Amino acid sequence: MSAIPDAARVAIQGNPTPIRSFQRKVHLGPRARTTLILSYLILILLALIYIYPFIISVAGSFKTDADATQNPLSLVPETWSNAAYERLFTTVPLLQWTGNSAFITIVVTLGRVFFDSLAGYALSRLRFPGRGVIFAGLIAVMAVPNVVLLIPRFLILKELGLYNTYGGMIIPILIDAAGIFIMKQFFESIPVSVEEAARIDGAGVFRTFWTVVLPMARPALITPFILSFQGSWNEFAHFVVSRNDPALNTLTTGVASLTSGQLGSGNQYPLQLGAAVLMSIPVAVVFFIFQKRIMNTSEGGDKG
Amino acid sequence: MAKGIRSGEARYGWLFTAPAIIIIGLFLVVPIFLALYVSFSNWNGLGSPLGNSTFIGGENYSKVLVESGLAQRDFGTSIRNNFYYVLLVVPLQTALALFLAVQVNRRILRGRGFFRTAFYFPSVTSSVAITTIFIFLFTASGAVNALLGFIGVSGPNWFADPSGIIHNLLRGVGVTSPPEFLTAPGPLGLQWWDWVSGPSVAMCVLIILAVFTTSGTFMLLFIAALQNIGSEIDEAAEVDGAGSLRKFFSVTLPMLKPTLFTVLTLGLIGTWQVFDQIYLTGKGAPGKTLLTPAFLAYDTSFEGLNWGQGAAISFILFLIIVALTLLQRFILRDRDLGRSGERRARKADRRLHAEAAAAAAAGRAPMGDAAQKETDS
Repeated sequence: MSAIPDAARVAIQGNPTPIRSFQRKVHLGPRARTTLILSYLILILLALIYIYPFIISVAGSFKTDADATQNPLSLVPETWSNAAYERLFTTVPLLQWTGNSAFITIVVTLGRVFFDSLAGYALSRLRFPGRGVIFAGLIAVMAVPNVVLLIPRFLILKELGLYNTYGGMIIPILIDAAGIFIMKQFFESIPVSVEEAARIDGAGVFRTFWTVVLPMARPALITPFILSFQGSWNEFAHFVVSRNDPALNTLTTGVASLTSGQLGSGNQYPLQLGAAVLMSIPVAVVFFIFQKRIMNTSEGGDKG
Repeated sequence: MAKGIRSGEARYGWLFTAPAIIIIGLFLVVPIFLALYVSFSNWNGLGSPLGNSTFIGGENYSKVLVESGLAQRDFGTSIRNNFYYVLLVVPLQTALALFLAVQVNRRILRGRGFFRTAFYFPSVTSSVAITTIFIFLFTASGAVNALLGFIGVSGPNWFADPSGIIHNLLRGVGVTSPPEFLTAPGPLGLQWWDWVSGPSVAMCVLIILAVFTTSGTFMLLFIAALQNIGSEIDEAAEVDGAGSLRKFFSVTLPMLKPTLFTVLTLGLIGTWQVFDQIYLTGKGAPGKTLLTPAFLAYDTSFEGLNWGQGAAISFILFLIIVALTLLQRFILRDRDLGRSGERRARKADRRLHAEAAAAAAAGRAPMGDAAQKETDS
């Protein structure tokens, strides 16, 4: 045993083999143990750095303005204050912003999941002239940087009379080239036999898609779902250029107006932090529900 | 028989892809051509650009690129700012993501799930929320300066400090005014002395913010790649007596090359698009040192009502991103492109798109949002 370097023993132990249950009985060499403790320390320190800003924001949102400024690091407010949240739900139209965000997110998410899988299915399964051209166009579209589209999108929305409407905020982001790509990859990975059976039984193309293929694809739909939900809930730039009516503020543009100080002078950190905390809750919830799935999405993409 | 099953597929093929084609055509392709026209016109924002403007040739482009004046200086400043941002963010986010991935991928480590979640969580929150939090952390009397105070350092007034860090370093060694050879005017209306300023102290905060919010996403890409490699090769290297550093550089890293390439490309594309953070931190303040081309294009059009010039800046930025991506592909291409090399390159290409999609799926787009663009287009 001593002939094997410490590192190798570490690796062998770590293998997901049946010996796993005996792992703990095998003792690490002193060098390996020091390295391990050291990397724990580094990782814990890093994890603190990554998490602390969020904890501090929650704490800060319950402080008074003065307390937040004087004791920025403390995790416990000197005096608990709900003032920030009270203002958010009274003077600040946070509920209206939330309503707009929720409405847009729901429509965009449902629309994207449906249209992405529809187009992905056609591109992977149906044979029709022009398919190759469409797919190539899709790849080209994915290469256009988003910020470059801000002015063009504004121009077309004005031109079509969609500026300052929900339609203008929703329709341009209703299709997601990356989502179509993911769904196409997915449909290519499942066998055709089931659909062919349905088709031979006389089901039409759309019926086959709707009643046979889509239910089968449900696990794969989670990826575009998460993607669309986070993308549209967190979208900012598009809502900056597609509206200027305060009644159409989403949480992102609304909170941005708080952050860039359009609501009175002086620092209002508890107010801003409270808004930041509240707007992060839905994505955090989705993240924790689908955590396992999200952590694996990149593996799914890797197979391409 | 087979024909029978496939009958009507052409119609349905077009029908199924029609929503995508119409929306992408109407809200991406057509607008790009409209904006291209505007960039060659003198439209002032009133009425429709078609009919309320005249074609003025390349004037908007030359005002930004050639003629000396405010427009050119602002553009030069924004390019300088963004250049330093890219120069620091891309290597830092890649290195940190790789480090985190290698660390949390070790099977011996307990609590891997916790660490992954912690490192990834900043990537799912919105740019607005996280920027708001960072503004709070980095105020003059904020949490970061309080921490620095513990170790006896009095921190700067981060977001209000326009001084470049290279200038500051030079001042530290006694160079306060530009040496003669740097007073010459450089490209885009800036003195060479201004070009070598380094990122401003304020920009450094945005650099930290970008690394903070993107390293988690890229960590996931690296973890996926590490898991594909599997442990056999690792063990073989260890049995052969390779130390862990040696093993990392001569075994792990070469095998991660395709993913490394993806991450660098996504990083390079994304860092040239930083917009949200600039909008939120005061529209380019302090001293225009946070101005970026993406924000300048927006500001010139929507605030300055100089639509032609704003659109021109957008297209120049587009060309910069395309050129850099192509350049990077050229540099990082496989040297020995035989037939198998070409196949590999095509494969890497497909992989890049897949991973870009995955990165988008992995939540908020890396950096001012390389992948987000995919979620939006």
